[in-house]
Order: sequence, then C-alpha cells, then structure tokens
Amino acid sequence: MRSVRPLAHRTEEPLELQAKALDQLRYIRRTIEDAGSFTSVPGWGQVVIGLTALLAAWIAARQRTETAWLVTWLVESALALTISAWSMARKARAAGLPLFSGPARKFALSFSLPLAAGAVLTWVFQSRGIVAVLPGMWLLMFGTAVATGGAFSVSIVPVMGFCFMVLGAAAFLSPAAWGNLWMALGFGLVMIGFGLLIARRHGG
Amino acid sequence: MAREAARVEHRGSGGATRRLRGVRGRAPVPAGELDRVIHERVRLGIVSALAVTETMSFNELKKLLRATDGNLSVHARKLEEAQYVSCTKRFDGRVPRTEYRLTALGRRSLERYLDHMEALIRATRAR
Repeated sequence: MRSVRPLAHRTEEPLELQAKALDQLRYIRRTIEDAGSFTSVPGWGQVVIGLTALLAAWIAARQRTETAWLVTWLVESALALTISAWSMARKARAAGLPLFSGPARKFALSFSLPLAAGAVLTWVFQSRGIVAVLPGMWLLMFGTAVATGGAFSVSIVPVMGFCFMVLGAAAFLSPAAWGNLWMALGFGLVMIGFGLLIARRHGG
Repeated sequence: MAREAARVEHRGSGGATRRLRGVRGRAPVPAGELDRVIHERVRLGIVSALAVTETMSFNELKKLLRATDGNLSVHARKLEEAQYVSCTKRFDGRVPRTEYRLTALGRRSLERYLDHMEALIRATRAR
C-alpha cells in the first residue's frame, strides 16, 4: 500500500484536508458548468433547422393565401423549436452535463423573452392584417433573442444574432414580396453557416 | 472507462494511518500519490473544461479561466508535456488559432483525481 502526500507540503488536519478537497471539487464543477456555455448551442441542430427553413421558404412561396403562408412558417417554427430542444438535450447528455446548468439557464431565459415578444407581435400584426412586416419582425426578434442569449455563450453566438438583426432591418426596407427570400437567407443559409462553424469549433 | 477505486493511506497530523475506502465500493486498488500535474488550479481548470468540450481554443480557455496569456501558456505547456492535452495550431484565414484537446491519459487522470478527492472527503467525514 502506498502513501499519499498531503495536499500541502506540511501535514494538515482532516477538516482542512476535507475543505480543500471540497473546494477543488466545487472548482471542477463550476469550470465544467461555465465550459458548458461552449457546448449548449447545438451546431448540427442548427444545420438541420436551416435545411427545414429552406424547405419551408420554398413551400411558403407557393401558398396562395396569407393564412396558409403564416401556417407554413408557424409549423416551421414549432419544428425548429423541437429540433433545437432535442439537439440541445442530446449535446448536453453527450457532454455529461445537466441540460439546465447555470449558463444554459441564463441562455434559455434571455433567449425566450424576445421570442415571446415576437409571438405577441405576430398575433397583433396578423389580427390587423399587417402580415407583410412579419418576416422582418421575426428576423429582428430572433436576432435579438440570439444576441442577448449569446451573451452567456461563445462570441460567435451573439455575432449570429446581430446578423439576423441586420437581415430583419433589411427586410423592412425591401419590397414585401421578398419576405420569403429574407426568411430563406436568414433562417436557412445564415443558420446553416453558423451551425457548421459552431459544430466545428465547439464540439457538435 | 473504468474508474479506479481509491484505497490509500494518508498520514495525518497525528501520524495515525487512515485508510480511504474505494469510491463506489469497488475492489480496492492503490491510487498512488496525488497528481500534482492537475492539482494546480489553472491546470485543473483546463482539464475540467476540456473534459466536457471536444476542443477549446487558447482564447476561449483564457476567457473561461480568467488567466493571462503567459500564465495559461505555461500551464498548458505543462499539461502537454505530461501528455494530458494535445495542442494543434492552424490558421483561420490569417489568424493563428491554437486548439487544445484532452487526451485519454488526461481524462483518466482527471477521473482518478476526482476519485482521490472524493475518497479524501469520505475518509475525513467517517472519522
């Protein structure tokens, strides 16, 4: 049987040893939780969402009524949320982290509030027949959600948020008929591009 | 990977020998001495962060651990020398990027260190 050197060079009381060991374990846990911010955003999940958004843009462009167009995008948003939740859970499980660790909780809260505001605005604009502004508003609100939530994540996430915000602003300034193009560009191509970068640099 | 159970002896201030029973009740295996390579805070932080992330860049680690360039560089090199982490250098366009990855040896060492800390806590609580 071998001897273990005490934590410090001098001999220590058991309580002191225990306190040091607990402190080390707490430090490991905190570091792992903080590093979780690097893993909580699912890159591959974003790529899949981007592909479904491209398909949704193609389908939406072929709808003859505003209601059918709106339903297409609402179905896509529900699908995107499902894929996002599933891929985040999968990524957290693979990393051996709880889904709602410290940074992930902050991200979820900061991300969900602008999305909730966007949902309310969607209802307001739709009920007043101002559907043409929805693509710009969706891109802007999603960008805000990503940029604020991204404050607790790697720097690439808020950058993605700002890109969406710029696209949203551009959509407001362009003809209403370009709505599906902006949606395909934002929720499709930008999402896929950043998804690939996150997957490559931040572990999936 | 199977985690090693710790059954070690520690001579406390009174000189009495205490046994630290194995973690998770497995067969007792000598755990050996405390791993000084990862006992240091910054190095422990690097190894812990890489245990849950496939790769991390130098700047990400620096931000996460709130370390200076020089400090992180020295500690990362020690981990490299111990073969606990591997380092790759590449260019993102014109920007150099240094990425670290935990090796199998590094992961085993972290798990063994965790076992060691748990065993110390159990032993001192049981006393």
